Amino acid sequence: MRPQTGWLSLLSACGAVLLLGGTTPAAAQETHVANLTGHAPAGRPLYERYCAGCHGDDGDAQGENAQWIDPKPRDFTAATFKCRSTPSGSLPTDQDLYNSVERGFVTTNMPPWVALTPQNRVDLVSYIKTFSSRWVGAPAPHPITVPAEPALTLESIRRGRATFQRMECWKCHGPAGHGDGPSAATLTDSKENPIRPYNFASGSRFMCGVTNQDLYRIFMTGLDGSPMPSFADDLKPNEAWDLVHFLRTLQPLDTQEARIWRAWVRDHGSELKPIGPGGQ
Amino acid sequence: MHTRHLWSLALAAVAAAAARAPSSGAGAAGTITGKVTFTGTPPRMRPIDMAKEPSCATQHQTPVMTETVVTGPENAVGNVVVYISAGDAAAGTPTEPARYDQKGCQYIPHVAVIQVSQPLDIYNDDQTSHNIHPLALVNPEWNKSQPPGAPPIHASYAKPEFIAVKCNVHPWMHGYFAVLTTSHHAVTGSDGGFTLPGLAPGKYTVTAWHEKFGTQSQEVTVAATGAVTANFVFKAQPY
Repeated sequence: MRPQTGWLSLLSACGAVLLLGGTTPAAAQETHVANLTGHAPAGRPLYERYCAGCHGDDGDAQGENAQWIDPKPRDFTAATFKCRSTPSGSLPTDQDLYNSVERGFVTTNMPPWVALTPQNRVDLVSYIKTFSSRWVGAPAPHPITVPAEPALTLESIRRGRATFQRMECWKCHGPAGHGDGPSAATLTDSKENPIRPYNFASGSRFMCGVTNQDLYRIFMTGLDGSPMPSFADDLKPNEAWDLVHFLRTLQPLDTQEARIWRAWVRDHGSELKPIGPGGQ
Repeated sequence: MHTRHLWSLALAAVAAAAARAPSSGAGAAGTITGKVTFTGTPPRMRPIDMAKEPSCATQHQTPVMTETVVTGPENAVGNVVVYISAGDAAAGTPTEPARYDQKGCQYIPHVAVIQVSQPLDIYNDDQTSHNIHPLALVNPEWNKSQPPGAPPIHASYAKPEFIAVKCNVHPWMHGYFAVLTTSHHAVTGSDGGFTLPGLAPGKYTVTAWHEKFGTQSQEVTVAATGAVTANFVFKAQPY
């Protein structure tokens, strides 16, 4: 019995080495989110059941529904993703992809997959990563640093408004953030499909989340594959937070930012130069 | 889009071939010269309306024309990248950065040729924000904003690829990065001419790439001294 179990444990050890080898695509596509580990083989049937209709059996965004969908589904073979915590040009983290499956994308046909279990989602993330060789042997992506949010003040909102003018956000998003700037009509994504800039008046959610931190990340990482660039080289963290505070005032919400801003504009609105060409 | 992908694959295959090929050593004196021309009717270039960007419009006395097909006298074709695609030695990486300018809401040069891993510095000389968006398919795709007065953006690419570049804010802006493995390359002017100097004697494949017309290759044998001629003729269609 003893030698036999010895052989067995040796065999299983070899198997474990093969499985965890790190050089095989299967091992490279193992996914870790919090204390969950995702496996591509477990994600495959889920993908074929829930995702392939739009994203295609081969992950190339050529599913049978894709022709009816606008914006088009993500092409996983390109491994270019909009919602990331990582710099422009980087792969997203496993957590980023997991969040996308969980949250869905407002203003698109991608719903929040609340019916799937956390294990389902993490398995799906593993399978999605098998569609591009960019994941094989890629170093772990590094999220950008999001420093603590400074205190919200009227001055911060006003500086953010000046940044909105200076960075020319209005050229696409429009002077009031309605997605109707002078360049809005000609925008195309990286596959030359027409795409609209975000309309801040449309609701409470952004493409990549709802929190102030999510908003900070959107313009400091850029939405790769779309016209939205990264401003990480252009804005210091405090300037980025100022912009977050101002952008909140463009939403139809009763936020702290909106209350401070609307109270000030009521008395001082005439002092403001309009945003747009030749603005402040 | 699809064709760009094919170029990249072709480049990768060529790079693999080049790694095994004989080298062009120091003191090499052979030269390949030639001219790129077209037959048929090329598409007509159109004036660009920059009225939406007055700070750029005022920089141009006459309207800037689109640059998809730039032609010159006697059917010459400009902006063609001519390079050694096989037979060349593996080249060292230049440390000197190449320069790419956004000026008057145009990309200058229209096609920037760099080697794999060579630094590329991208400047915004305009009084407007640009977003520089190279639509890489083989290399990672990124997209960065560059306001007026911002320092240059430093870029480099690990894999050979012809990468279309655009600015989403100014949709008429189109350019290319040609990322090559060889140090022997040239871009034709509007006279269509090119010269590839400093080649050791031997057999080479010379490839000409044009953003609209595609690629052509030919085998050329370079002698110990003197110039060999390699001309390219693209068939142009008006659309």
